[in-house]
Amino acid sequence: MSTGAPPLSGTPKPQAKALNCPKCGAAITLRSFGQAETVVCGSCHAILDAKDPNLAILQQFEAATGEVKPLIPLGTRGKLRGTDYEVIGFQRRSTKVEGITYYWQEYVLFNPYKGIRYLSEYHGHWNDISVCKTLPAVGSKLGGSSLTANYLGETYKHFQSAEANTDFVLGEFPWQVRVGELAEVTDFVHPPRVLSSEKLQNEVTWSIGEYMYGREVWDAFQLPGAPPEAMGVYENQPSPATTKVTGVWVAFAAFAVFLLALMAGFDMRAKKEPVLHETYQYNRAESKSEPSFVTDVFELTGHPSTVEVKTYAPVSNHWIYLNYALINQDTGQAWDFGREVSYYSGYDSDGSWSEGKQNDAVVVPRVPPGHYYLRIEPEADPALPGIPYTVEVNRDVPVLGIYGIAFLALLAPAVIMSLRAYTFEWSRWSESDHPPMNVANLASSSGDDE
Amino acid sequence: MTQPIANCPNCGAKIVFRWSSSVQTVCQFCKSILVRTDVHLKKVGQVADLPPDNSPLQVNTEGQYGHQAFVVVGRILYEYDQGGWNEWHVMMNDGTSAWLSDAQSEYALSRSSKSQNLPTLAMVHVGQQFTWSNQRYTVSVITPAHYRGVEGELPFQYWDKTDVTFVDLRTESGKFATLDYSDPQPALYLGEFVEFDDLKLKNLRSFEGWG
Repeated sequence: MSTGAPPLSGTPKPQAKALNCPKCGAAITLRSFGQAETVVCGSCHAILDAKDPNLAILQQFEAATGEVKPLIPLGTRGKLRGTDYEVIGFQRRSTKVEGITYYWQEYVLFNPYKGIRYLSEYHGHWNDISVCKTLPAVGSKLGGSSLTANYLGETYKHFQSAEANTDFVLGEFPWQVRVGELAEVTDFVHPPRVLSSEKLQNEVTWSIGEYMYGREVWDAFQLPGAPPEAMGVYENQPSPATTKVTGVWVAFAAFAVFLLALMAGFDMRAKKEPVLHETYQYNRAESKSEPSFVTDVFELTGHPSTVEVKTYAPVSNHWIYLNYALINQDTGQAWDFGREVSYYSGYDSDGSWSEGKQNDAVVVPRVPPGHYYLRIEPEADPALPGIPYTVEVNRDVPVLGIYGIAFLALLAPAVIMSLRAYTFEWSRWSESDHPPMNVANLASSSGDDE
Repeated sequence: MTQPIANCPNCGAKIVFRWSSSVQTVCQFCKSILVRTDVHLKKVGQVADLPPDNSPLQVNTEGQYGHQAFVVVGRILYEYDQGGWNEWHVMMNDGTSAWLSDAQSEYALSRSSKSQNLPTLAMVHVGQQFTWSNQRYTVSVITPAHYRGVEGELPFQYWDKTDVTFVDLRTESGKFATLDYSDPQPALYLGEFVEFDDLKLKNLRSFEGWG
């Protein structure tokens, strides 16, 4: 295969061409080795035919709002996705929505082997854009109001349709650029990507962009200083929260299942062993002379465990208060606690009402085994002459309250993350043709990632 | 691989065919367009110097398509109102040939298709759909072009054309088709877009200031 001799008159190495503007004489560099269709003179703004050796003038424009300075100067080279690119062209475009003009900038990038690529910038938000080789499929959904587009197996949601005007150009363009030309631009988003169609007369061009942070652009082109700060949320800006929300909820669900299993396990293992069950009578007259008494001694066996003390009193519009002391007969260690049992009910203008309960339960944690008794000192409503009450003591009962606290502690970050994702999506879509009207609308337009 | 050797009937230089099925070639020395007949080479025309172009490819560029290696043996250069593009004639290592088109660094590899009942040019419009080999293609652009020149070996005689019309079609899966109306009988080429990096090209041209 090597017998083919190289051509004698080898084609000369292409070089960047230096020419002069036929209008004002300023120097013009053609950097794209003939890929450019048009080139714009940087000093007099004549749009010239880059294919013509004499650079025929195609259009002359006045920069309506003065000179626009590209953030990345023409001729700057940078590395994008591992390939060197040179900035060869720049244009500012605008669109008018409800009387307000919005401006954005586009940079034409060139590599002699890889061809043309673009960078766009809007208020500090950047996109790395290339022309689609594959046709996107555009379909309408639910009555045609909400359009979607499918590209390489991914669904993009319609964001905005607008008419884009070209109002300032500089350098080289691989197409016939004209100031004042209007194109119909439609954007579909699937963060961090944006799929755009641009319709100019009868030609439709599709391009695919990926969101870039200003810092990445600055690093790629080694630009001095800091990039302009990004304002607001851009149409295809990846949400810092959305991608994590699913993960947080999955983790939450996993922990909740784990907690439930733990709860069930402890509940099953708990012996719930009754050690005392007695009914006493409170009499106001007697309690004056002998305010407190002690119960029979009961034994707590096994490992240190919870002890539950339950009180029942058939109070009705009264209260009874019991000062308890759980006392270890062997060591004298005591746990003091007071419990109130009260129940009130009646009728008023709103109907019947009630407050309190005739039951009370309290759990004393980690009580070592041994012989115990309760010292009880009852007090009661002065209006109450006497009342029976039941004291029940159970050993080794499950404590469910801590599970509730753990559950809430896990729920909080998931809820906060979801709220942040929600607000981000709300900001994104409020700038679109489909601003969120209610929760349902937003829910359908976010969170379908992963 | 057969590599028939002959001499240029115009200047006597050695002519080597790298692809045994080549019908036409261009003498590297005197730029005569030579057509192969049964017994000898016949000069049918003369190539004017090709305009400087920007394709990184050239005759002798080697590359890979899938598991097949190929080498560029010839090309046809076309011009249209938005610039020019090259159809590089490549020889695969299994002896078949294909076309690697380079339109402003957008590369597509296609092969001649035997499909019948192709539409006439008057019947085709942008947006129209056709199905070939179970694949639905949509007409994306109709390009009136000029034949600008040839270089190297080609699988057919191609040297006296002027205006030619191409119809490009795309699919939603990166496939590509071209209807070629340079002859009374339309020709169909089916292929796909390829990434520059995937072609692993060697022996490319170099550009001043670009390593």
